[in-house]
Amino acid sequence: MEDMQSLNSSRRSFLKTTGHLLVGFNLLPLTFCQTKGAPNEILPYEGVPFRPITDSKLIDSWIKLDAEGYLTVLSGKQELGQGIKTALIQIAAEELDIHPDRCHIINSDTGQTANEGFTAGSNSVEGSGSSIRQAAAEARQYLLKLAGQKWNVSPSSLQVENGNIKSPSGEEISYWKLLEGKFIEKKITGEVSPKNPKDYKYVGQPLKRDDIRKMVNGESYFVHDLQMPGMLHARVLHPPSYLSQLQSVDLTEVESMPGVLKVIRNGSFLAVVATREYQAIKAWEKLKSLADWETVPIEILPGQLLASLKSTSGKPEEVEVSPGIADTISNASINHQAEYFRPYHMHASMGPSCALAIWEEEKLTVWTATQGVYPLRSTLSDLFAIDEDKIRCIGVPGSGCYGHNGADDVSGEAALIAKEIPGKHVRLQWMREDEHKWEPYGTAMAFQLSAGIDSKGKLLAWDSILWSDSHSTRPNGRAASFISARKLDPPFEFRKGGFSAGSYRNGIPEYSLQAKQLHLYTFDGPLRTSSLRGLGAYANTFAMESFLDELIHKSGNDPIDFRIKNLEDPRAKAVLEELAEKTNWKSKSKGANTGLGVAYARYKNSTSYFAVLAEVEIDKENKDYKLKKLTGVIDSGLTINPDGLKNQTEGGMIQSASWTMMEEVNYDKNGITGTDWASYPIMRMMDVPELEVHIINRPETKPMGAGEAAMGPVAAAIANAVFDATGSRIRNLPIKPEKIDWEKV
Amino acid sequence: MPQSITLKVNGKSKTISADPNEPLLYVLRNDFDLKGAKYGCGLQQCGACMVLADSKAEPTCLRPCVSFENMEITTLEGLQQNGKLHAVQQAFIDVQAAQCGYCVNGMIISAVALLENTPNPSDQEIRTALNPVICRCGTHSRFIQAVKLASETSNA
Repeated sequence: MEDMQSLNSSRRSFLKTTGHLLVGFNLLPLTFCQTKGAPNEILPYEGVPFRPITDSKLIDSWIKLDAEGYLTVLSGKQELGQGIKTALIQIAAEELDIHPDRCHIINSDTGQTANEGFTAGSNSVEGSGSSIRQAAAEARQYLLKLAGQKWNVSPSSLQVENGNIKSPSGEEISYWKLLEGKFIEKKITGEVSPKNPKDYKYVGQPLKRDDIRKMVNGESYFVHDLQMPGMLHARVLHPPSYLSQLQSVDLTEVESMPGVLKVIRNGSFLAVVATREYQAIKAWEKLKSLADWETVPIEILPGQLLASLKSTSGKPEEVEVSPGIADTISNASINHQAEYFRPYHMHASMGPSCALAIWEEEKLTVWTATQGVYPLRSTLSDLFAIDEDKIRCIGVPGSGCYGHNGADDVSGEAALIAKEIPGKHVRLQWMREDEHKWEPYGTAMAFQLSAGIDSKGKLLAWDSILWSDSHSTRPNGRAASFISARKLDPPFEFRKGGFSAGSYRNGIPEYSLQAKQLHLYTFDGPLRTSSLRGLGAYANTFAMESFLDELIHKSGNDPIDFRIKNLEDPRAKAVLEELAEKTNWKSKSKGANTGLGVAYARYKNSTSYFAVLAEVEIDKENKDYKLKKLTGVIDSGLTINPDGLKNQTEGGMIQSASWTMMEEVNYDKNGITGTDWASYPIMRMMDVPELEVHIINRPETKPMGAGEAAMGPVAAAIANAVFDATGSRIRNLPIKPEKIDWEKV
Repeated sequence: MPQSITLKVNGKSKTISADPNEPLLYVLRNDFDLKGAKYGCGLQQCGACMVLADSKAEPTCLRPCVSFENMEITTLEGLQQNGKLHAVQQAFIDVQAAQCGYCVNGMIISAVALLENTPNPSDQEIRTALNPVICRCGTHSRFIQAVKLASETSNA
């Protein structure tokens, strides 16, 4: 027993010296992890030994039973605060019948998890979840087969209780004892049927997130919190504006500052490395005061933006064409046309982006909060012109990102800086202004909509023209997707990709129509843009559901009835019916100073259904309004974790309300002027509405991503409620009180 | 120039050598290895860096560490007593009041300071107390719920 303890403690310290990150080899056979005296006692989980991923078709690439008594799930998807760790654990725990308390998960590490691209588009439960479900189901079948052979009984006669297999005659063995330290290196066949949802014990339960316990305890959790031996601190001095070029800078004064170890200049890329974090910040401040930049002014200023993007030349992309649609609309008994606009919006992550990097023997390791460790790795490979197998990207949670924020850029920069001080861990954190000024924003967009309805309130035809910049400039294997790679000498040349589907996401109505048409103009706007939660769906739905409200008002219809009447999908109708019921819509009386607004969308026209009612209250005297309440109904198919789904939906509703009511990126010819929380305010505690979220659970259908479903409908519901209360139709976001015609109220 | 600075954090005194103007945040995170308080803006606009200084919620991202000498500093890590979480911490777990969790430190510290003087806060008082802390994930309504729950359990 004494030997056991010393072995265990040495194993513990071995794992501990590598920080959070279990890097190493399976030095100790599994049996050493067992206690002898107390067979039912399970030692604390200490992680699983590091094993590189070889083939994502192997069960073992998703499910590991290496640690006695514990299941370790592996996923290429990153925890972004959406609770994916817990949802994926629930799925695996369910199939293997292991209590979720005994399950752990490793997320996104090019060293050991499968390549699952980006954690984006609300795809993780659908993508990673289904791989894990299948791998776990097949692992269970394999284990039952092993036990069946051992006892010479049919596997189907066996029961599993918390990882213990039991035979009808009372024999019992745990998964781990059965495996005797071997790995399940079988291929996933796809031929094993996962559990029937009717038998679910863990899936569908509001399991608590273990990471919330860690955060609340103040346990080191974020990439920002990683502490490595001898770690140095860095800051990057970004240029004042996009097109600024460094003219001159005297580095000697900065180099002689206390604690400064290195000042890096490469083209217009400037960075400092110091022993203490505050020394790095002081050096950054000094560098800022000394650097002399030549700034090329931004040509298209906010006042000219709408006109400029609408003057985009060239042929539009014909996303959907319907010849003769203009005639159908003009001949309709009621027709209407209107234009909408959405400005640039920030991700505005609360924690400025952070990453750690180290170069050892020409190999690079980066700890990163990226949404895609593999795409990041291929982009770093391009930046440094080295093979991908010399780079390991380890995903560690960051501050909520809501899309492509600064997490990739800071990872590239940390690697650039660390290369100058090989053998040292370098921690780079952006300053607040770096995140506000340099993250790629959700693009400005414009919409021109026209539609017609018949005399019975039936939609006939819907024609849309939209203008958008790119919704995806994520790392794609070309170094220039890193903002600083464009500032090096020689610079990497940036070219935007051709992914336009993000622009017209939810652009084509789901309503039943004889004719639908959509044309897209892609413009090259003045600000840096990329993926922000929902991509084009947010603004497309804002425009579409606001415009629908205009039609409904013009034709004197009821906003819920009208939508139900013009939708075919029974699940779409059901969320609206549920909304009507939960809000007592039929008997809801409206006060003199209040307004009600309804909106609905099915995200991507193919995933979660979401309907929402917004209630606003106006203060005519002070020419102000307040969002009082949002009530949402969501159907995401089979609900994995109802509380997680609610939490995500509530968050989406508040974030969307903030974008919609308050936010736009301000800039002038010299660059971005929204550089902090005073110049780019977001919704705070005093202004958040009361929230109510109802779930329609459909265990018989597949689970669907939900994190982005609320964004668009909430925007339109607020606009519709403001119209209802004031008679002002605000078509240009954000819906600020000064845009309301108070004389009309 | 660096000087010796003695700080009392979570009941323990420790002397460090640092620039006296260095904001407390960096000293806590890097010298005390207490990562609960976070850098959010460095401008006292977001509350990510809150600690309790003599029971008052204080941002630490600007204020020099030397000015905290002779104060009782409590960080998120120091809230639990004898292995038991503070009622506010427990309520945050019970309500699952977090998404990304970056703001949780500021929210919990502000809530603890509030309940110290106002054991039965109204919704409005909770909102006012937590307003200095930014949350980008939109978890606000759960924070209000959690603070209410904590107030009930601590008064029970």
